[in-house]
Amino acid sequence: MTTDVAVVGSGPAGLAAATAAAEREVSVLIIEREIELGGILQQCIHNGFGVEIFAQDLTGPEYAQRYIERARQAGVQALLDSMVLDVLPDRRIYVTNPRDGIVEVHPKAIVLAMGCRERTRGALAIPGTRPAGVYTAGTAQRLVNIEGYMPGRRFVILGSGDIGMIMARRLTFEGAVVERVLENMPYLNGLSRNYVQCIRDYNIPLEFCRTVAEVRGRKRVEAVVSVAVDEQRRPIPGTEEVIPCDTLLLSVGLIPENELSRRMGIHMDPATGGPIVDERMGTSLRGVFAAGNVVHVYDLVDWVTRAGEVAGRSAAEHVLGLDRASGKRIRTVAGKNVRLVVPQVFGLDALLEQGVQLQLRVRQPIEEKTRLTVTAETKELFRKTLRYVRPGEMIQIEMEPRVGRWLENTDSVVVDIAKAD
Amino acid sequence: MSEVYDVAVVGAGVVGCLIARALSRYQLKILLLDKEADVCCGASKANTAIVHAGYDPKPGTQKAILNVGGNAMYDQLCTELGVHFLRCGTYVVAFSDDDVQTLDDLLKRGQRNGVPGLRIISREEMIRAEPHINPEVRAALYTPSGGIVDPFGLTIAAAENAVANGVEVRLETEVTGLLRHEGRVKGVVAGTQSFRSHFVVNAAGVYADEIMRMAGLDGFTIRPRRGEYFVFDREMSPVRSVLFPCPTPVSKGIVVTTTTHGNTMVGPNAQDIESKEDTRVTAEGLDEVLHGAQRLVPSLDPRAVIRVFAGLRAVGSTGDFLIEAAREAPGLINVAGIESPGLSAAPAIAERVVEILREEGLALYPKSDYNPIRVPPPDFSELSHRERAALIATDPRYGRIVCRCETVTEGEIVAAIHGLVPARNYDAIKRRTRCGSGRCQGGFDTPRVLEILARELGCPATKVTLNGPGSELVVRGTKEVDH
Repeated sequence: MTTDVAVVGSGPAGLAAATAAAEREVSVLIIEREIELGGILQQCIHNGFGVEIFAQDLTGPEYAQRYIERARQAGVQALLDSMVLDVLPDRRIYVTNPRDGIVEVHPKAIVLAMGCRERTRGALAIPGTRPAGVYTAGTAQRLVNIEGYMPGRRFVILGSGDIGMIMARRLTFEGAVVERVLENMPYLNGLSRNYVQCIRDYNIPLEFCRTVAEVRGRKRVEAVVSVAVDEQRRPIPGTEEVIPCDTLLLSVGLIPENELSRRMGIHMDPATGGPIVDERMGTSLRGVFAAGNVVHVYDLVDWVTRAGEVAGRSAAEHVLGLDRASGKRIRTVAGKNVRLVVPQVFGLDALLEQGVQLQLRVRQPIEEKTRLTVTAETKELFRKTLRYVRPGEMIQIEMEPRVGRWLENTDSVVVDIAKAD
Repeated sequence: MSEVYDVAVVGAGVVGCLIARALSRYQLKILLLDKEADVCCGASKANTAIVHAGYDPKPGTQKAILNVGGNAMYDQLCTELGVHFLRCGTYVVAFSDDDVQTLDDLLKRGQRNGVPGLRIISREEMIRAEPHINPEVRAALYTPSGGIVDPFGLTIAAAENAVANGVEVRLETEVTGLLRHEGRVKGVVAGTQSFRSHFVVNAAGVYADEIMRMAGLDGFTIRPRRGEYFVFDREMSPVRSVLFPCPTPVSKGIVVTTTTHGNTMVGPNAQDIESKEDTRVTAEGLDEVLHGAQRLVPSLDPRAVIRVFAGLRAVGSTGDFLIEAAREAPGLINVAGIESPGLSAAPAIAERVVEILREEGLALYPKSDYNPIRVPPPDFSELSHRERAALIATDPRYGRIVCRCETVTEGEIVAAIHGLVPARNYDAIKRRTRCGSGRCQGGFDTPRVLEILARELGCPATKVTLNGPGSELVVRGTKEVDH
């Protein structure tokens, strides 16, 4: 099978990338493992999508549908019900599906848009028995919203991630009881708006600094033992509470899905769990781009879409031979209270021409006036005051072209976030 | 008048299944029973998967004889059954003067037990073999005949091959009593059912002592000893063989081992417990296991853990395997206290049981059509692209990946559901295909497997279970109400 650009995954990043590339008159093939396009958006039947891009409050499937139509109009082809088995460093892709067997695609450019997966009980090593009734929040979301089955009647949710909070409300709508949402940190892990709309509005108890000490039950979950944790996240003996329930949902973090990227030998960033990318969303392999949650986990779909557009545009430019000459490269360094910065590297030329956007996440929340600075050696290039910073809420800044002149004699910039004096 | 079996084997773990298979060579009517919803649900599903060489057991014991004998049978057995087995070698690692002395003792004991190829290797040789080993290593006992096996694969393959050769398997059938006549055991009772047989082989794992008590034998008891484990992501798995610390009197210690699928696995600790169903993992136990494992391989990163589990060893009161015809209850053959090295010894135990039955008067006429070969179903992940394409051309379901981490296809899952020992629940599919055993631990595949199981079994999704009745995966449709 031939195409100029192959996009692996058809979630918001993949759809945006495919559309952006196809609008530049190159042929684009999306490879999607589901039987329809849209990725995880299809199971996100709640609203809150598209507020930034469309100034409209859409559901996941509605948001997906707009991009599916755009992709179709732009002439994007799709290979559905198809799983990518392997991508070689020379960009040969092996795909399997029931109709065609094994398909080999050798595009001129690839956009990796595989999204992310959820952390599991095994990764947390939660003590206790191993009965039926322990699911990740996303698996439960698929069961309820796509398959039409309730995974249980009485739930405990571990983790205040967005999917967990949204599922707390969703399950309540479907007649289940959510006994508790437990969060082992002293702060929320998802968006505040989800806390308000999904937890507080439905009187679901959310408890900070508590975790699951034990799962009980032989065949099916019978109870979960919750326990308070100290500052080091260690359980505090004597604070146990047995919560009878039949299901434990885990909403304890997302991991970019980079098995393919790793096998291709793409350079990865341990802080994000995704490939190291530049301002064009280019990876360490020429002609291979990445976008969306596969790069780092976003909290808003709109930003995933924008990253996808950049990746798709860059992939098309690569196909058309319009790649910018590789000038000086500048690294971005996560400094004080910064967990990650994306892109990890950018071209000085790109900054001088059109500016560069940085996305970052903090390690610790600061619930008061905070200062974000970007410095090169000792020169402060950028400064912004924020009302607060929270790990669950990504920060985005724009560096303007004019600061480029300070970067001629350096190869890195450092981003720091600290309480404003 | 119901039919009479020649032999009823109680317990479909690796020992019971290999006994049933060994007996299926003969013109016999054989019944294999288990209380669980699948074979391989007790100790056989949760162990270290090591085929020990045989230097541990005291010379002259059943454990020593059957371990060394069983180990030698593994190549042929696994070839016949199409099971993953790897003689990757095992190492006992010494860190102190005392440890070095222990290696010497183990070497001598192993030689007395007849273990081939044993030798003590230098620190440098150990580091060459396993570069991630703790650099404080002083020396190691290297055993080339030690290896690892897929214990699920072996148990299921043995059961399937037994069925192919005429053995009848009944699952979800818990033995609650024995049929007796004039002092002789004449079969088993399972709730409201009873099965008459000339001989009963008691291979009931941690419950073997309870079966013995049903026959009035109460001199032997089994105490469960729990062991906890971690499984690491295959892509972050640092070892390629089996590393033991120097053993203690109760345990071979916490092992760092590779598996036949390339994951690193560590464990077990050893905790004597009361309940024969208590396979909990505990925070303390896991700490102990990780700490013990990091003594061998300091770089083991707990963030790469994908699964924790615990298993029970059936520790018998005599300290040795008890494999004998019960004198006070003729007709009953006990195979009890099969703790480590039970997996290694299992093929030899099966042959020993056949001999005991012969000695007890069971007439063994070889079957002319016995077929020891079991062709394993296709494993998509191990095929070349060309072979994959050919397979999909014969059955399109092999082109649909259900478990992305382990590359398991719908075709493999359907084959497992309709196998000779049918997989009727999620865990049964997992043991046969590895579906759900990768880094996402079923996050992706569970809804799909639920749908496939319901479709193939012709039941509503609400009847699909994790591992048998009571472990249903979903409770109702979203548009249904609870009554």
